[in-house]
Amino acid sequence: MSGLIIDDVSMTFELPDGGNVEALKNINLNIKEGELISVLGPSGCGKTTLLNICAGFLAQTGGQLTLNGDLVTGPSPERGMVFQKGALFEWMSVRQNVSFGPSMKKMPKKEMDEIVDHLLDVVGLQDFKEKAIYELSGGMQQRVALARCLANEPDVILMDEPLGALDALTREKMQGLVLKLWKETGKTIILITHSVEEALLLGERLIVMAPRPGRIHKEYNLPFAEMGVGADLREVKKHKKFGTTRDEILTMIWDMEEEIMGRAESAA
Amino acid sequence: MFFTSEEFISEFGFALSTAFWMIFGIAAIFAIYLAFSALFAFIYGLYAKGKEAKGYGSLKTVTFGDESAVTANRVASVLGVLTIFFLWGLATESRLLPFSLPGPFTGDAQFEYTAKNAAGETDKATVTFRVSKQGQEVEKLEEPATSEGFAKDDVLMMKERRSKILKAQNNDDGGKEEGYTITEINGQPIEADSVVKIDGGEILFTKRGSFSIRPAEGMTMEALFLPPPEKVWSTFVKLHLEGYQGVSLWENVFWSLSRVVIGFALGCLFGIPLGYAMGLTGWLRGWFDPIVEFMRPVPPLALIPLIIIWFGIGEQGKISLLFLAALWIMTIAARSGVSGVNISKVHAAYSLGASKKQILTRVIIPNSLPDIFTGARVAMGVCWGTVVAAELVAAEKGVGKMIIAASKFQLTDIVIVGIIIIGIIGFGIEVLMRVLEKRLIPWKGRG
Repeated sequence: MSGLIIDDVSMTFELPDGGNVEALKNINLNIKEGELISVLGPSGCGKTTLLNICAGFLAQTGGQLTLNGDLVTGPSPERGMVFQKGALFEWMSVRQNVSFGPSMKKMPKKEMDEIVDHLLDVVGLQDFKEKAIYELSGGMQQRVALARCLANEPDVILMDEPLGALDALTREKMQGLVLKLWKETGKTIILITHSVEEALLLGERLIVMAPRPGRIHKEYNLPFAEMGVGADLREVKKHKKFGTTRDEILTMIWDMEEEIMGRAESAA
Repeated sequence: MFFTSEEFISEFGFALSTAFWMIFGIAAIFAIYLAFSALFAFIYGLYAKGKEAKGYGSLKTVTFGDESAVTANRVASVLGVLTIFFLWGLATESRLLPFSLPGPFTGDAQFEYTAKNAAGETDKATVTFRVSKQGQEVEKLEEPATSEGFAKDDVLMMKERRSKILKAQNNDDGGKEEGYTITEINGQPIEADSVVKIDGGEILFTKRGSFSIRPAEGMTMEALFLPPPEKVWSTFVKLHLEGYQGVSLWENVFWSLSRVVIGFALGCLFGIPLGYAMGLTGWLRGWFDPIVEFMRPVPPLALIPLIIIWFGIGEQGKISLLFLAALWIMTIAARSGVSGVNISKVHAAYSLGASKKQILTRVIIPNSLPDIFTGARVAMGVCWGTVVAAELVAAEKGVGKMIIAASKFQLTDIVIVGIIIIGIIGFGIEVLMRVLEKRLIPWKGRG
């Protein structure tokens, strides 16, 4: 069995006042190797919880996860993670950040340098190799984060809103970079996002989650990621189906938010 | 009940009234200093008028309330310090200034008194007094020739700012007889227990019929209370060359500093691992929390008596005290450094394959350095303050010991030199720590 299999995973938090919150309920997802999946949903739908379970930072309360047949019980270099921000080690240079994973494995320096050089070329930061992290812009920092994750050769890359803190233009460029990396490396990528456009652009499969309890609401198979590789993403966005799907999902999420608000109002 | 006793009410009332009157004294000092400030601000304003301000900040129209638009005016800083020296010199008759506040009276003056003897006759006599500077030998006044009448002229040698009693009756014929009184000074009738102004000072006329002559004190301060700046400087030079009580100035400084460094190092050696332990395990945090939270607010100075009882007045006591002063600060700094780590960094490191040990050495320790450095800065400051206080209580060598020993002989100049050196070293420590911080942890606050 290859790929990441999420089998009937549930997550129930106990509240201090004795109540329960069902953050995730019976999630089933079969992620094939090399697949690019985007997960979308209103806030509180449990998408970050799901990602943290995949990364092994949280233990689910029901069901199980397997990666290539092995049970997921904790964090492991097989499952790399790219965070929104603040996860780089600012006491290290760009090179040291990227080589962090290999150096944990005590990889010989020469081999490590080759990997770093290659990846910095890929993300376009060759000239910034010895710079300190705080000297880089937000977009550059996320490039470092991507390179750092790739340097470790993970089977699955988990991205928790990696472009969420970037300005619109940088974001667009970075979306192109993510697609390029996906195609070149053939990694499995699970990407969580708030942005409907980003989810459409960066998802072969798009999962829409719904809150209370957190569950999978709808699934789409989309052609845009494949179309977007090496192409102008703005052209992809002009595609007719792109527009209609976007409107459909926006309405869907809008309704979910309305429902939450309505419930909150009636509760008050 | 103590708090309702009359004694308490009067003592506390006195404390409150003292505080009340101090308001005016403090306000007066500030007012004088600010008057100079205003004067210089006005002059500087005239000077700066023609010159255009530069930089982005000068284009801001909202400056009042914009913290970033307020930067310290270094001209004001220099003038502020110079003004302090100026006032200091002014109040101590400094030779560095061409003028000063009126000093105490020195020189010769005289007055005339009228006495009445037992027989009811009156007679006049002149008292001449010569006031000389402290520590200065002057020629004695000649004894006056015996005059006619029962009241005889007197002469008196005096020192500046020091009163002297003149017993005119000892000199006058029949001065010991019942009914002899002094009735007038310079033709002014006097009463018992009153003060009469004369040239060069005033006379306090006591109930017993004696004069207490008090030469005018002027408006300057006596060197015993505040020596002039040049005297402090020459004392500094002398201390530098000869030392005090057989210990050179720099030896004193060295001892104080080395105590601080050793105590601080011991505090770091134990405090930082303790802080890490408290940040990383719940059991140890619970175990040490009460001690740390209890000891943190206890000022180290309050421990001095106990430390002396335990360790005596030797080096061990002082180093133990400084160790305790630094220990809790460093513990808390290290603990908050660990707690302050962004969980994303730890998660990222784990999913990059780091082991627990690697997480500690590669993520947690470097991440806690900014907090530890802030703690170290505070701890060094506290240690420096504590060492001086500890030396005041008991020490053989050290800057604190030097000033307390000098104060016992009223050598105010040495005390002031000591205070200035303590201040400069404390400031030096702070600057040094800031430079080190910039050098060693350039990422601070940019995470």
